[in-house]
Amino acid sequence: MPDKRTALFLVHQKLGAKLIPFGGWTMPVEYSGIAKEHTAVRTAAGLFDVSHMGEFEVTGPQALDLVQYITSNNAARLSDGQAQYSVLPTREGTAMDDLLVYRYSTERFMLVVNAANIEKDFEWIHGQNRFEAQIANVSDDTSLLAVQGPRAADILKPLTSVSLDKLPPYHFTYGPVLGVDATISRTGYTGEDGFELYFPAVRSEMVWNGILASGQSYGLLPAGLGARNTLRLESKLLLYGNDLGETTPLLEAGLGWVVKLDKGDFIGREALAKQKSDGIRNKLVGFEMLGRDIARDHYPVHINGKETGHVTSGSPSITLKKNIGLTYLPAERSEIGTKLEVLVRGRACEAEVVPTPFYKRKNS
Amino acid sequence: MNPEDLLYTKQHEWIRISGDTGTVGITDYAQKELGDVVFVELPKVGNKLTAGKSLGTVESVKAVSEIFCPASGEVTEVNTSLEGAPETVNADPYGKGWLVRLRIEKTPTEGLLSAKQYEEYVAQA
Repeated sequence: MPDKRTALFLVHQKLGAKLIPFGGWTMPVEYSGIAKEHTAVRTAAGLFDVSHMGEFEVTGPQALDLVQYITSNNAARLSDGQAQYSVLPTREGTAMDDLLVYRYSTERFMLVVNAANIEKDFEWIHGQNRFEAQIANVSDDTSLLAVQGPRAADILKPLTSVSLDKLPPYHFTYGPVLGVDATISRTGYTGEDGFELYFPAVRSEMVWNGILASGQSYGLLPAGLGARNTLRLESKLLLYGNDLGETTPLLEAGLGWVVKLDKGDFIGREALAKQKSDGIRNKLVGFEMLGRDIARDHYPVHINGKETGHVTSGSPSITLKKNIGLTYLPAERSEIGTKLEVLVRGRACEAEVVPTPFYKRKNS
Repeated sequence: MNPEDLLYTKQHEWIRISGDTGTVGITDYAQKELGDVVFVELPKVGNKLTAGKSLGTVESVKAVSEIFCPASGEVTEVNTSLEGAPETVNADPYGKGWLVRLRIEKTPTEGLLSAKQYEEYVAQA
């Protein structure tokens, strides 16, 4: 099956983007260069087409009951217009996927899932739906653009009548952007302030071009998945399939904060309660390379010559000018300052466990 | 745009031969494909290199690319300026972004392409 394309495929091509396969999609990895785009997001703003992400609508009198049953965080604590990071746990207490849960009303939610998991998640949720709830996969009709960076609000303000200043992080509203009705959400995957806009895919080109034009004087750059990855890693936002998956217990991934055992019954609750009471064997940690070598995804990790695991995400950090990564270490050897070795093309290169996130923006 | 006085490999390296000295780098096409170069790992002076075998790696933010030596010989010089400024490989791949100099054993011909042949090869890629 050929890779899918977002509604903006030709626009990316015209902008000279480098396009790569990603999770069954052909996506822009960079336009003007990963480092330049990364820095634009940290200092000004970047515009990302992340329409490959999946959107499900859950509606009906028992919409909340279904959402509560399939996710680990407590969706009952959401108000209308609020969003929440959560996980779809497996029965084993590992991750089927991670996602955002949006509450429009008590009877209407939106779930935003990873592109590579759309079909898997949809089938899974469908199979668990013993409630009076409807679930619809609206991914193909929905575009998702992310405007991220300290100037994101300045760039979007002239394009909408919605009062963006009143929108706190992890809140959203529904209103026109460039005349197109959109869900405007103060969320993102970069560690910066920013917005994510969900709107009908048929209007993609107009919205994309309008934002680029508004952002020009602020230093907004179109940004690809390459910068998205380096930005999210610096902020220690997990990547499903790398740092998190169907074999990683949620508590080992450090996701205890989105596991609410006291919210009532949900899939994986027993296994997660056991993870909590038994304690975890491994722990996801951040490390910094002590030399100049770059740790990459999948490189083996050793402590005192003995293999402990592999690099789940590794990359140069553009902001910090260091080489950073994430790996699972035995819990008893995961404290800050622990020395480890990353095997770079067979050579053991020293690294050290450091506090995370690697990067945290000021005033947040 | 690819200098005519160089020879090229299908793995996107170039070599400039002058007497028994060969200067090696990666092509403009290669640096564009890699993106922002952030790290270059080079052999030591005195190392013996074999044509077609790895001479080091060039890493960008996103990717690791092994560099293959276009000719056999002994390393006489490495471009140490790349340690502090690896982005020179992007900025000037045929000039200041060179990687190593070799005392070549014999003038290599096998498998090497002229600028014109290389351009045709890249056009098909």
